[in-house]
Order: sequence, then structure tokens, then C-alpha cells
Amino acid sequence: MDQSEFEIEISLENKPAARDPVAETIKRDLLAKKGYDIISRVRSGQYLRIILKANNEEDAKETVTKMCNALRIFNPVTQNLNIINVKKL
Amino acid sequence: MTIKIAVVQFPGANCDLDAIHVLNNVIGVETSLVWHNHFKEAEFDGVILPGGFSFGDYLRAGIIAAHSPALDEARIMLKDGRPILGICNGFQILTEAEFLPGALLQNDSLKFVCKWINIRVENNNTPFTRKMKNGDVLDIPIAHGEGRYFTDNLKELEENQQIVFKYSDENGKYTQKANPNGSMENIAGICNLERNCMGLMPHPERASEAILSPKCTTHGKLFFDSMVEFIKRRS
Repeated sequence: MDQSEFEIEISLENKPAARDPVAETIKRDLLAKKGYDIISRVRSGQYLRIILKANNEEDAKETVTKMCNALRIFNPVTQNLNIINVKKL
Repeated sequence: MTIKIAVVQFPGANCDLDAIHVLNNVIGVETSLVWHNHFKEAEFDGVILPGGFSFGDYLRAGIIAAHSPALDEARIMLKDGRPILGICNGFQILTEAEFLPGALLQNDSLKFVCKWINIRVENNNTPFTRKMKNGDVLDIPIAHGEGRYFTDNLKELEENQQIVFKYSDENGKYTQKANPNGSMENIAGICNLERNCMGLMPHPERASEAILSPKCTTHGKLFFDSMVEFIKRRS
């Protein structure tokens, strides 16, 4: 079977127990001060877009998840890995 | 016997030569600067991962270096009980390589902090603290942007007495003000269960000569004296 190219977007976000001073500063010192009191929560993180060859979407997701775990692309002590989007190119 | 210690140099290290200077010229122990790809554990009795940066600290401080062949070599030393000391970026590398538990996150101030502070000795039963007494307050500088210690298993760390140093005021009190980066429980340094691997954010190599200290103290020297004595007794 011919492999296709997929684009996977992942985010790495601090776990709720790990404080996130970047997001706290955005919320407290920017949004709240400019009157955006409708904002109740902000979390910051890192974003990666990975393009790879795979048989299908599931295969692409599995490869990326395994790779991120094996190489500690995210730190399992402090971060959660979220696959936020997968698309065939 | 001749003791040989290695200081492993990663691209971006900038406290490597300070550590070499202190070991060679202040402590008087043969110490080699070794490029991370060339480091061979069999030649050395102990190893220091120095401060600075590594691989631009891209992704997270220490993660790229944690995959270096130097850490595979150091893992052999970890298993046979030889001492491994990680200072600042070296501490970050040791947590990312899972030699030590927990992680070092961005300072709660979001700023790089560079100043002299105090730490209190919590455990003098390690190869790096045997010349200290529990409760001793040390003068030592810090210089880091990612030093906020975090663990999801604090209880275990406390029960196993793996907390070696805590940030304190000059009287040894743990205050929020004395915590320079927001570390959990003011933690400044920890060791592994077997005690032969320790990481800390402060810089003992910058605190080993009176001329460098604002109070003319040499508390940093105690780390290296302890490590050398441990190696001598071990052999």
C-alpha cells in the first residue's frame, strides 16, 4: 500500500498541578488590566507541526505518539501531550 | 591512587572551565574537560555535568543533552556507584535523562535570576555533602531561568531523604522571599535513592574561592572536597 503524507499538530501543555506563570501573567497583567474580565482561564504551551508518511490517520497518530513518548518530546512529569489536529496532505 | 574526574562539555556549556579550574587548582585533583561525544566512563572516577546551556536549551533545558552518548556512559557510572554531580544545566540534564526525579520549570518570575543566595543543608549523607552538617547555611550564587523544581511525588522524595538542599534566608529559615524561583518546598538540590547522583541549581564552582564571594566564604569548595573524599574512601 502506498503511504500518504499527513500533517499532525500537537500541543504540549503543563499539567494542572504545575503552575504556568506565562499564562498567569497574560491573564493577570494583560487581559484583566485591559478589561477582558470574561476570561476565566488561560494556559500556555508549546506547539509542534509534524509532517510524516503513514498508511492512514490512525497509523500517523500512533507513530507520533510513540515517538514523543520514546524521546521525551514532552516531559511526562509536567506536561500533557495533545494531538489537536490530523490531516491528509 | 590518582583520582580522575571528568567535566563533560556540551555545546553551550559556559561553567565548564570554572569547574575545571576549581578541581585542578583549588582542590588539586586531575580533571579533564571532555567533549560530550568523546566521554568514556571507564577512564574516570566521577563526573560533573556543568552549568550553562546545552544545544540552545531548545524544546526544554537539558532534553537534547539527555540523549547524548555521554549520558549512556554516565548511566554505567550511575549503576556502579561512582559520583555524578549536575550543576544548573547539569541538573536539568539529569532530570530529563531520568537519573533524578522531577523537572525544572521556568522561574515563577519569568526572569533570569543571577544573585548570591543561601541554601540549607538537608542531607549530609551524600558523596557531595559529607563535609557539611545538616542545618548548615551556605553562601552560593544562582544564575538560571528555569530552576523551579517540580515533582508529582513530593512525599516519596521527603520520605527517602532525597532533598539535599533548600533555599533559606541567612538564618536557615525557609521563607517565600528566600525562594528565588518558586521551587516546590524551596527545593534547591536533590539526589537519587542510591545517593551517588546529585543535581542542584546553585553554582558551587563559583563559590569555592574567597576572592569571588561577597562574604569571603568558600562554601562551594565543600562540595568538591566531599566528592574527592568519597572517591578516595570508595577505592
